[in-house]
Amino acid sequence: MAEAQDSLLGLVEEFVSGQQDSKAAEVAAGVKDGLFTVLQLVEALGSCLANTEPRTRGRGVQLLSQVLLQCYANLREKEVEVLVVFYENRLKDHHVITPHVLQGLKALSMSVVFPPGLAVSVLKSVFQEIHVQSLMQLDRHTVYTIITNFMNNREEELKSLGADFTFGFIQVMDGEKDPRNLLVAFRIVQNIITKGYALGPFVEELFEVTSCYFPIDFTPPPNDPHGITREDLIVGLRGVLASTPRFAEFLLPLVIEKMDSDIQSAKVDALQTLTAACAVYEQKELKEFLSGLWSSIRREVFQTASDKVESEGLAALHALSASLSRSVLGPDSEDLLDIFLTNILKDCKHHLCEPDMKLVWPSAKLLQAAAAASSRACRKVTANVLPLLLEQYNQHAQSSHRRTILEMTLGFLKLQSKWLHEEDENGLVSFKDPLCSMVFSAVTDPSTQLQQVAVKALTVLGTHQGFLSSGDIDLIVDHLTRLILEAADSQSCQAAIESSGSLARVHPSVFISRMVSPLCSRLQTVPMESTESPDGAIPQHAMWQRCHEALAAVSTHHSIVQETVPILLDYVRQTHKGEINAEDVVAVCKSLHHVAVLCQENAESLFYYHQKVVPCLLSLTVQAAMQDRGTAADLHVLLSDSVLTAMVPLIIASTSRLSPELLSSSISQIVSLFLDGDVSILAENSFTSRFLPFQMEGPAAPQSLLVALLMAYVCSLPRNVEVPHQSRLLQDLLALSLGGCCTFAFTSAAKCFAGLINKCPAGQQLDDILKIASHKIESGLEDNSKRTQAVMLLAWVTKALILRYHPMNGQLTNKMISLLSNRDLGPLAADLFSLLVSDSSDILNKSSHADIRIMYRQRFFTENVPKLVEGFNAANGDDKPNYLKALSHVLNCLPKQVLITELPSLFSLLLEALSCPDNIVQLSTLTCLEPLLLDAAEILSVHIDSLISKLLCLTSSPSMAVRITALKCMLALTKLPLPMLLPYKQRVIRALAKPLDDKKRLVRKEAVEARCQWFLIGSPGS
Amino acid sequence: MTIAGLAAVVFSVLVCTVRRVMVGSSQLENANPLIYQRSGERQVTAQDEDEELHDKIDDREIFDLIRSINDPEHPLSLEELNVVEEIRVKVRSSLPGSLHLCGVSDEESAVSVEFTPTIPHCSMATLIGLSIKVKLLRSLPERFKVDVHITPGTHASEHAVNKQLADKERVAAALENSHLLEVVNQCLSARS
Repeated sequence: MAEAQDSLLGLVEEFVSGQQDSKAAEVAAGVKDGLFTVLQLVEALGSCLANTEPRTRGRGVQLLSQVLLQCYANLREKEVEVLVVFYENRLKDHHVITPHVLQGLKALSMSVVFPPGLAVSVLKSVFQEIHVQSLMQLDRHTVYTIITNFMNNREEELKSLGADFTFGFIQVMDGEKDPRNLLVAFRIVQNIITKGYALGPFVEELFEVTSCYFPIDFTPPPNDPHGITREDLIVGLRGVLASTPRFAEFLLPLVIEKMDSDIQSAKVDALQTLTAACAVYEQKELKEFLSGLWSSIRREVFQTASDKVESEGLAALHALSASLSRSVLGPDSEDLLDIFLTNILKDCKHHLCEPDMKLVWPSAKLLQAAAAASSRACRKVTANVLPLLLEQYNQHAQSSHRRTILEMTLGFLKLQSKWLHEEDENGLVSFKDPLCSMVFSAVTDPSTQLQQVAVKALTVLGTHQGFLSSGDIDLIVDHLTRLILEAADSQSCQAAIESSGSLARVHPSVFISRMVSPLCSRLQTVPMESTESPDGAIPQHAMWQRCHEALAAVSTHHSIVQETVPILLDYVRQTHKGEINAEDVVAVCKSLHHVAVLCQENAESLFYYHQKVVPCLLSLTVQAAMQDRGTAADLHVLLSDSVLTAMVPLIIASTSRLSPELLSSSISQIVSLFLDGDVSILAENSFTSRFLPFQMEGPAAPQSLLVALLMAYVCSLPRNVEVPHQSRLLQDLLALSLGGCCTFAFTSAAKCFAGLINKCPAGQQLDDILKIASHKIESGLEDNSKRTQAVMLLAWVTKALILRYHPMNGQLTNKMISLLSNRDLGPLAADLFSLLVSDSSDILNKSSHADIRIMYRQRFFTENVPKLVEGFNAANGDDKPNYLKALSHVLNCLPKQVLITELPSLFSLLLEALSCPDNIVQLSTLTCLEPLLLDAAEILSVHIDSLISKLLCLTSSPSMAVRITALKCMLALTKLPLPMLLPYKQRVIRALAKPLDDKKRLVRKEAVEARCQWFLIGSPGS
Repeated sequence: MTIAGLAAVVFSVLVCTVRRVMVGSSQLENANPLIYQRSGERQVTAQDEDEELHDKIDDREIFDLIRSINDPEHPLSLEELNVVEEIRVKVRSSLPGSLHLCGVSDEESAVSVEFTPTIPHCSMATLIGLSIKVKLLRSLPERFKVDVHITPGTHASEHAVNKQLADKERVAAALENSHLLEVVNQCLSARS
């Protein structure tokens, strides 16, 4: 024990006189380990705490405080009490000691056994004894921390201080300048207000002491280690200013004043603060300032050049109107909302009558912002504005004016429908007839732009269920049908198709009778061969496509799907009569895909679709494949790559969202169709020969093309659905993928194999098949006739394993990388790297339920990029481009944040890639660089010289895409810090004069943009 | 007196106006002007995508260069205010045939743009003309002669403004004036 005492004295001595700071940690460790107590430490310090030299006393207190900061959790209540009394006394001591005293108090304030009543006395002493703002930043921060701790733990006690606490804090923070401290101080003030501390007579003082920072004007110093942004301070201060209605009388005049500022950020801040404050204000706070606020907001919205100011102004007006709408009206109080809106209407209404003047839209937006706040506001505004707009529409005959008026009307109609479901009676009923006649007149107007707005308005009116009579609905559908069938302008037709899609949901039966049947009968009369059509009429072929698109788009209701799907399938069926070419079948498949996507919303429709479409397509294609005798010249149209590729997404869309129970019947039928030639699923199954898709030689070769459809089906199944006979299927797929001679067939087989492997549960079965596969790939790579197939299969299997992060993925990826230096296969392997990392559009993606681990790209990147770089450095000249291409594919798919961190190590390689003569490497590197240029200022600063030279050189590349992207990069460079760019300004401007005379217009456009931006940098006014 | 000094005197009236605009005075000369519809982006055709074909610089291309210039007073483009119109842009690009393809620059290339101030006494006319001229000088190959002038009969001091805009040295000297350059650059900056 005495030994411990001695060693403690020694440590104290070394710390105080020997000035060895490390001893504090040793003492703290001793206290923690129980070697000595805090009390013993105080005794040991005794002499130096009583020393007459303030520095020595300071050193003593410092040691005690540092130990307490480590050990405050072990203190007992009695010890805390003694220490608090000691420290309180020390506050009166010499100013050199104060910082250490504060540290000690901070440590004690964190103690859970802090005796009741002492917090108040500590704070009183702090408020009384120290002038906080003359302390250093760190010490001021300590004071704020002490206060924050007490507010968290001793709320009740502090509240007993009443307004004195608030006043004390006002004095503490008055004049604070450091952003770090301000953030804490703002939080304290916000707590004072929201937790209900007494403000007493100090409301205005509290407002003054915080509002003096408004609007925040702070730019963090470069390389700021604290990471405090302007935004943090703005949000902190706004939390204070907008926290209580009691600040209203001070805040609102300030907001009005700041809105008039010349600095845009101040305007925006003022408007946002107003919006935030409106959330807690009621009419009585706003009353006095309403007219001032309105005229400032109006001025900003009318005159601003900035979209940001405009949208914030509108948001503030919306908030004001919402706040006024919220307040409960007393029996004798005036309705401020009504007065406010009347004021707005008075100032804006007349501008609505000048549809070709500048202020028409700002006025409409202001009115709509105010009206959108509540049902009451909406009723009042629309009741005033709609009659005016209806009247204006009739007064203006020009279609451009009418379009503006109708577009404004549309905005108000949309607002109305927002509130409609809340109330039965709404302001629209009385305008129903004039509205209908306006919209119907507009939809027949020759101006296509007016037509398109009218179609939107029709859609809004038609979706209000029960608002229009059934006669009106019929008329709407007739108009839409007419536009689809007759509008010369494709945009009007598109608008009509889109509108039909949303209205068909609400009125399915009307659409079946008045749109689906006219479209059908038109389809029957349209001749398939594109004959010369008379001038001005829509070409027959376009008409045919429109009808199909429209049929697909209206399939938004189960009853309509049952009508449209058979019609579309009939067209695929016609291929057997040879009446339809591949391009048209692809178009029909696209429409069918659209229907499948729409059906996904409704389980019933989806099941119907699946039952109907998948067997039908299989029947037709199997039939085609059986008839076909395998000569390339007369391949059946349904077997062409483009048609089969178009069928894949629709099978995926109809399968992937279906519930597993509904899939169970079709799955075994389809698998046995492909494995055993069991044709029971097919509707028309009278075949003379057997269906043998996995037979590669002889007459059955075209049948193997249909593996693409099998792939679409089995690879999009949910992961919990088991595929029957999976191992036999995998064997057959493996054989076809390596042995097939037609690219489409073996690629589909490889994809199908990969898709199944990706979902296969881990275990012996999977390991076995993978072992066989990699063995076969190895031997395939040796065999000249099979090497392309083998590379393809390797790439797809690698992708499947990378996604699920299977242990074998590394081995296969290494194989891919080693192929890059293969004379014959290198370029193909390099291209396939893009497949490894990019999202695949059909299978092996989220929507087909693939097993995808998060961050798999990042993992792939960190594991393989170093190998690629190493390979590049070791490769001989001919192979280098392969590595660069693979690398730039990988980099292109990575999220920007990951790339930024890796950029320093890769940048010189990317620069090298820019000098690589291969256009594809150049383009892919440029595309990868462009978005990075903004965030990589620091890395770029080293390389800027060579980067600019290379980019300028690429602006005269023979490839147009490279020239365009290089110029885009030149434009992106202008966002870099000015000092980096200025030395190059003149040179770049001179060099960019050349692409201004490029032979391609698209290149010239980019050159103009880049060059003009380079002129602006470092020039006044930009 | 140097040429720059002389030009500074000539443009001094203008600079006064410029200052007024920059201070952000709330009295606009024409607060609620008529606005016109913007023509959409030019459709990209198959010919534009074809690497081999040579696209001539045409009227529409020149118009696209100047239509998005900002008005010095309003947050509107010159197109929206109808100050510039496609029909008032004329370009005579290189002669058809081999001449240009060989890379021989063509003496005959010239652009002529007429602009129409919103009101006949618009004090911004010179500034607008200057912005158009600067934009074209920065955006066109050097072989082009650029002529910018006021649509005949639409401005009170049409002649004087045209003369200023046609004088290379005065334009160059005007751009030496940082106040003036600042406003011109603002007109040419992309809108935020």
